[in-house]
Amino acid sequence: MTANGHSSTNEDDARVPRRVIGTPAAGTAVLGKEAPPAPVEEPGVAYPDEAAAKKAERWVALLFLITFLGGVAFIASYVIFQVGTVNSTAASNLALGSSLTVALLSLASGIVIWVRRVMPKYNLIQERHLMASAPDTREYVADTFVAGANESGFVKHKLLRRTLLLAAAPLGLAPLVLLKDLGPLPGTSLRHTVWKKGLRLVVEGTGAPIRAADFNSPGGILSVVPHGYEHDLNALAKATLILIKFRPDQLKSGTNANWTYDGIVAYSKICTHVGCPAALYEQTTHHILCPCHQSTFDATDGARVIFGPAARPLPQLPIGVDSEGYLIAQADFDVPVGPSFWERGDAEAKAREARGNAS
Amino acid sequence: MTTLNTTPKFIGGPASYLDDRLGAGSFLKRNLRKVFPDHWSFLLGEIALYSFIILLLTGTFLTFWFKPGMGHVIYDGPYQELRGVLMSEAYASTLHITFEVRGGLLIRQMHHWAALIFVAGMMVHALRVFFTGAYRKPRELNWIIGVLLLTLALAEGLTGYSLPDDLLSGAGLRITEGVAISLPVIGTYLTFFLFGGEYPGEDVISRFYALHILLIPGILLALISAHMILMWVQKHTQMPGTGRTEQNVVGAPFYPAFMAKAGAYFLFTFAVVAGLGTFAQINPIWLFGPYTPADISAGSQPDFYMGFLEGALRIMPAWEINFLDHTIPLSVLIPALVPMGIVMTGLALYPFLEQWVTGDRREHHIADRPRNNPHRTSIGMAGITFYGLLWLLGANDEISANFHIDLYHTTIFGRFAIFLGPAIAYWITYRICIGLQRRDRDVLGHGVESGVIKRLPNGQYIEVHVPPAEDIADHMLGKKEIPIVPGEPDEAGIPPKGARSIIGKARASMSKTYGTDHIPLELEAGEGHGHEEHAAIGPGEHKEHH
Repeated sequence: MTANGHSSTNEDDARVPRRVIGTPAAGTAVLGKEAPPAPVEEPGVAYPDEAAAKKAERWVALLFLITFLGGVAFIASYVIFQVGTVNSTAASNLALGSSLTVALLSLASGIVIWVRRVMPKYNLIQERHLMASAPDTREYVADTFVAGANESGFVKHKLLRRTLLLAAAPLGLAPLVLLKDLGPLPGTSLRHTVWKKGLRLVVEGTGAPIRAADFNSPGGILSVVPHGYEHDLNALAKATLILIKFRPDQLKSGTNANWTYDGIVAYSKICTHVGCPAALYEQTTHHILCPCHQSTFDATDGARVIFGPAARPLPQLPIGVDSEGYLIAQADFDVPVGPSFWERGDAEAKAREARGNAS
Repeated sequence: MTTLNTTPKFIGGPASYLDDRLGAGSFLKRNLRKVFPDHWSFLLGEIALYSFIILLLTGTFLTFWFKPGMGHVIYDGPYQELRGVLMSEAYASTLHITFEVRGGLLIRQMHHWAALIFVAGMMVHALRVFFTGAYRKPRELNWIIGVLLLTLALAEGLTGYSLPDDLLSGAGLRITEGVAISLPVIGTYLTFFLFGGEYPGEDVISRFYALHILLIPGILLALISAHMILMWVQKHTQMPGTGRTEQNVVGAPFYPAFMAKAGAYFLFTFAVVAGLGTFAQINPIWLFGPYTPADISAGSQPDFYMGFLEGALRIMPAWEINFLDHTIPLSVLIPALVPMGIVMTGLALYPFLEQWVTGDRREHHIADRPRNNPHRTSIGMAGITFYGLLWLLGANDEISANFHIDLYHTTIFGRFAIFLGPAIAYWITYRICIGLQRRDRDVLGHGVESGVIKRLPNGQYIEVHVPPAEDIADHMLGKKEIPIVPGEPDEAGIPPKGARSIIGKARASMSKTYGTDHIPLELEAGEGHGHEEHAAIGPGEHKEHH
């Protein structure tokens, strides 16, 4: 859809437009040996003043020269500046990056000046045509389609058509079936963590076990992981705890007192909203805050939600001490930790019921 | 001064060789001088295009060293602070690229900056197309391709952001998991299939890597090509102006002017990306440390294009439904799906909704000035406000810390603002559009102030008004009426066919609201003053000027 000779030929093709101003006339050999017309004053093409173009040329040349120097500097920087330390990497980055930036910037500027000051100003006009094909073309295509469909026998032979569709169905499903081994089925894995009776609580990072008697300053907080799973990310994604020490009178009814030891409470660190570690603790208000979406939990009251998008409290882990006085888990969490999922249901209500039956 | 008289041999020879075999000559004959209209806003999409090319170049460089593995290694590279630390191969190889490959840090930072500019470029380009109505027939399909491109770009950004496996990107991945697992019925299975089991597992980095460097860029490349080809075939829209009609294109030819300009523009984009990669540090992963699900740093922020989802998650109240042993976590589902759904579905459907409301089936090649379709512009601004508020609230912790505003107040503000803000933006935008239309009418009707004050014999001071320059006047006169579907009942009180059902009535009334031109440019008789001069100062006041 554009510009070629129309006046002379192609009368049968109405979609081929007339010659456009500023384009070669019909029959002009663009690639051939004949000389193209010399640049004459055409409407819509305004050449700049010769002296101004000459002056612009010098500017462009200067900018291209700067690009040359920038490119050389880039290669030199690669050879001169070695990396390894933070400081040497920073120096190399600065040298490579600034030489590259200067080279690209001056090349771009040079071309822009070239286009704007040396090339002519254009105000060419080209015609548009409706996107739709001509009616007779459409009709021809429609007829051809119908004829072809009939020739193929696809319409006439019902059995052929139906068995082809039947044949395609399982093959279409095959790629989906192949994806099944992307992962195991969830099963009940989301309902359990690695915590079990007797498993020691250790400090995240150092791996040191925690003697209850040593963790004795009220208001203190520790990030805790299960012993033996310090580097097991799958385990940590569910089992990480925050351990907080309270004076016994600070704890309210929401916290299960039987699951604490000497005012020490363990909550899941995994936020019940979308699973970020609820890592911030404000000592004066006893608020646990998740830095991702600011769900706020009251640590003195069973980590119930007091603000933000989390809908459930952080689950509490029953803890005690072993014979050496180190903190251990008494059992696994009795509700799933972390974000909500479809099969979860109201696990808290069930757990309460189970506890009621047990006592 | 030398000029070429014939095609030089070294070009003509190979060209003839190729033409003999490909017949490319007729294509070039039609296209070498293809005319491209000029307007600064037409360059916005090119920013995205060139950023994509830079992303392909820098991304390929990064793949030469990056190892998309989650197996644990003990770091023994040159970065002292992390020596002896257990980390994934992905994180270790990112450190290697940063500290042991010359230019590695530069290319990594350029890749990240180019990604941000890619998405930002697509967004401003989409806004330009929206506000000028350039998505209208025959360009609806290209608009849909554009919406798909934007959506895919977000997915491409998300998968790329997670690859270094540092503490910050891990937090983003954890949120992605928390959102995916919240989906009713399929969520748990989807998560287990994505992560190869429980979160985080050992598969997700290599899977994201395959998506990030092969599948999504492949689709992006195909769609971008289709986007370009359609633009080429349908020809670019042009702004209204002198000599410009729905049947022509006015501008500069592809060869040589547009080609050179486009090349320069690519280099400018490249230079800006290189400059940012050099001087503006981005994602210093070595400071964050390797990912562990047990830790996080306060003030964690996603890349800007994910901010609106983050903001939606933050302002959502804690709604969760439990029934029949199943859970629907609305506090995650609504913010994860609704804003994205409103923005992307709204964008995709807008051309068709507008066509339905206006009944306009014509082709449009002259772009609208935003003021001349005030309802469309207002809807767009309401959308921007909706998106912008969510984006801002995605950083409410930073706002709270920097401006000493109570954190919870920002959240509560957001819960109301997300409904009120778009409505206010709609109203303000509408008033501004009407005001600008009035101004256009005044300029055309009364001319522009010339700055020349004339004193008349009777002592009156007037400022001389002159007619507007021809190009400006033609630009303003490019205003098109918006069609309205018939809805008024005839003399017998019977509404026209199509406006009798409830939907038909609603359509007719929306059409009337959408299309009614309150400030027509043709001045009614008597309203125009017939002379081009205006009293600057009334005659009674002239004494004070002695």
